[in-house]
Amino acid sequence: MAGVHVSTTINGDATEFVCHPAETLLDVLRDRLGLTGSKEGCGTGDCGACSVTVDGQLVCSCLVLGAEVSGATVDTIEGMAVGNKLHPLQERFIEHAALQCGVCTPGFLVAGKALLDRNPNPTEEEIRYALAGNLCRCTGYDKIVTAVSAAAKDVRKQQNRKKR
Amino acid sequence: MAHDTSFTNQEFKIIGTRPERPDGVDKVTGRARYGADASAPGQLIARILRSPHAHATIRKIDTSKAEKLKGVKAVLTSKDLPDLTNGNQGNFDILENCMARDRALYDGHAVAAVAAIDEDTAKKALKLIKVDYKILPHVTDVDLAMQDDAPIVQPRIRHNDAPSNIAQVSEFGHGDVDEGFEKADVIIEKSYKTEQTHQGYIEPHACLATVGPDGQGELWVTTQGHYTFRNICASLLGMELAKLKVTSSEIGGGFGGKTHVWMEPVALALSRKVNRPVKLVMSRNEVFRASGPTCSTSVDVKIGAKKNGTITAASATLRYQDGPFPAIWGMLGAMTSWACYDLKNVKSKAYDVLVNRPKVAAYRAPSAPMAAFAVESTIDLVAAEIGMDPVEFRIKNAAKKGTRASYGPTYGPIGIGPTLQAVKKHPHMRAKLGPNQGRGMACGFWFNFGGQTCTDLNIGVDGTINLTIGTVDVGGSRASMSLIAAEELGIPYDQIKCNVADTSSLGHNDTTEGSRGTFSSGMATIFAARDAIKVMCERAAKEWEIDVKDVEWKDGSAVAKGVRNSNLAPMTLKEIAAKSGATGGPIAGHNEVVADGAGVSFASHICDVEVDPETGGTKVIRYTVIQDAGKAIHPDYVEGQFQGGAAQGIGWALNEEYVYGEDGRLQNPSFLDYRMPVCSDLPSIDTEILEIPNPDHPYGIRGVGETSIVPPLAAVGNAVSMAAGVRMNHVPMSPPRILKAIKEKQAQG
Repeated sequence: MAGVHVSTTINGDATEFVCHPAETLLDVLRDRLGLTGSKEGCGTGDCGACSVTVDGQLVCSCLVLGAEVSGATVDTIEGMAVGNKLHPLQERFIEHAALQCGVCTPGFLVAGKALLDRNPNPTEEEIRYALAGNLCRCTGYDKIVTAVSAAAKDVRKQQNRKKR
Repeated sequence: MAHDTSFTNQEFKIIGTRPERPDGVDKVTGRARYGADASAPGQLIARILRSPHAHATIRKIDTSKAEKLKGVKAVLTSKDLPDLTNGNQGNFDILENCMARDRALYDGHAVAAVAAIDEDTAKKALKLIKVDYKILPHVTDVDLAMQDDAPIVQPRIRHNDAPSNIAQVSEFGHGDVDEGFEKADVIIEKSYKTEQTHQGYIEPHACLATVGPDGQGELWVTTQGHYTFRNICASLLGMELAKLKVTSSEIGGGFGGKTHVWMEPVALALSRKVNRPVKLVMSRNEVFRASGPTCSTSVDVKIGAKKNGTITAASATLRYQDGPFPAIWGMLGAMTSWACYDLKNVKSKAYDVLVNRPKVAAYRAPSAPMAAFAVESTIDLVAAEIGMDPVEFRIKNAAKKGTRASYGPTYGPIGIGPTLQAVKKHPHMRAKLGPNQGRGMACGFWFNFGGQTCTDLNIGVDGTINLTIGTVDVGGSRASMSLIAAEELGIPYDQIKCNVADTSSLGHNDTTEGSRGTFSSGMATIFAARDAIKVMCERAAKEWEIDVKDVEWKDGSAVAKGVRNSNLAPMTLKEIAAKSGATGGPIAGHNEVVADGAGVSFASHICDVEVDPETGGTKVIRYTVIQDAGKAIHPDYVEGQFQGGAAQGIGWALNEEYVYGEDGRLQNPSFLDYRMPVCSDLPSIDTEILEIPNPDHPYGIRGVGETSIVPPLAAVGNAVSMAAGVRMNHVPMSPPRILKAIKEKQAQG
């Protein structure tokens, strides 16, 4: 099978790769680019462990073809921290013990960021529905909701500082 | 083994605080490496061909076309895995489960494997393998499997001198139940069923195996027990233990499912065949069909009580299916069934039954939730019949210190009574319920386990500590171990770096199961720290030129005792470490221990639900977990265990189930059709940690990982039964089952 040449931007860096036409974005990220932070829990779009954003849109990267991201901007968990500064979600997940095994955590963080980017003041119910596409089997979600809620406060503070 | 296990009732300085976990940054940045995240130069990708039949003779496997496919480097069948087990039936069963021999025993049973240059090629090769099956009659239901005319799963198994699917019968109890039932004013008898569920860890099984022609190998694998995996893999493949290094990757959930060897010998054997690294990762479909589910069960319970609320007799008959290989899951169900209660006359009889379903694996307090569902539902029925509050009825009959447990031992100090008293006092119990809402509560028990444990504690010249443990960190235990080391040494938490060792870097550790991680590695860490303190006191004594008897360890320093030595300033750990090169070399503490005395664990849960009478759909609207932790080392992660177990139990109670077709095939092997709770399905889960110290642990620790999954089936069941106005006796209480029960009740008038 002939490969497809793809030019894209991943976590802010211009990136080129060659993949099979049928290869998923998740496989490209993990196997070709070494970005193993996105996890494969199911391969069918049911668990959210492979969540990334493509042009700002939250997607399961196991349901996107590598060839589809040509010219797009892809953001993964590896790009969430800015330099040595963790995103408030990352800080709050650690602080509130919102992870146990941690394998679902990258997906939750990416989905949580997609939520806060569009709604920095979500209710508990809005948080729970925004994260309903991500499975966690360890925590019962309680501490995850607490952490996202605390991070939302941080994000609002940051935004207020910028406005002033 | 002589060691200090008396509970010291000490005041803790740092135990019980909530510092950030040391592996936090790795896990929020995607850097942590799990089973499927490792690769090796020149690696091949392996895939496994699985039986589509529930039960079939394998007449012939033709691999010739697959072998000829370009890019295929090795094809493996059971012929490549000769039986080296020397009559060890348990190991032979593992071997047969890894790769079917003359028969496929369940839908999903491995029959062949391929290693190729990439996944595409491996998948294509699987399609070229021709397996000639002769389909045999199958049985997947536990009750049907016990009938005389049932298809026989393992011809070697006999019961009452005839081939049978009953692999084991176990009985526990004491007193005379017949006499006890005669004394009862009220007797309730009821039968229950629970369906098969999966642990549902988000990370599929994955490994990277490398074996060279020199007989040396390495295995990177997601596992709860890398030492056990080493021992089993080495034994099945004829390798020497020291020459197989097994590294436990970060583990993406296990819940018991990663205590079992499923496919790792296949990856090692393929690698040995071609002398290249082989990566083998299960798909989610394979995880469901070929790894880990818990038993489906059928349980009868009978309880007799006086009108004053005293239980006079209790008995249970439990039928648990093990999949196609004999196990002890029914036995554990029988042992746990009555453990919460102080009973004069009690009996449990369990049948372990073979069926054509995947090999059953441990799942968090394995076997206890199903028995508790039956017992705790019946307890509510008896309480209602005698007109007593169900909490008061449980308190009246609760086991206490000195109670002889139904499974044999006599209890020391235990937490069942205190958790029930806490339920009684909890504001949750006084909250008002709306229409179609119901409240239930239930109790649960788990044994807990200790086991073989080995820990190293090495002190660097800058005074920082490498703590090396051999139990895996599946939910924050590096943080707990670091807290314990910091407490013992009297130094800050962030001076400790806790590492999980591979099998060649530390002595044997039993699998991280039975809620033993914090209990047993915690114990070994305490003793290793005390060992290091002894060395540091000796170094200080040498420096001070005084007798070591006159040196004690206090707040992170060696302190010279007595008026005579009052001129000697305390010598800090850092100072002692800095001089270690000149005072006798590296300073380390070690401990090897069989961590006996795991304290039994009890919990009581309260659950409110709302049932929609039109759809049968149930929403959990409030949930409270109260459990005895002995001593909570890091309360955040104790609460996390309570909440996670409750959430799994709620999923089991309401939705999760393996659905088998008439053809014996699993119909829902995906997260879409096997529906685990998502964030919007659950309320916040309230927790209350009780601390009734375990006298057999220096800090009073009891394991906390498992008990939290025991009460939910019954707590939810009791709540749903109240809300729907009809007793539910089949788990999961999915909308169709609840609707059916409501309609049947209405039809009866």
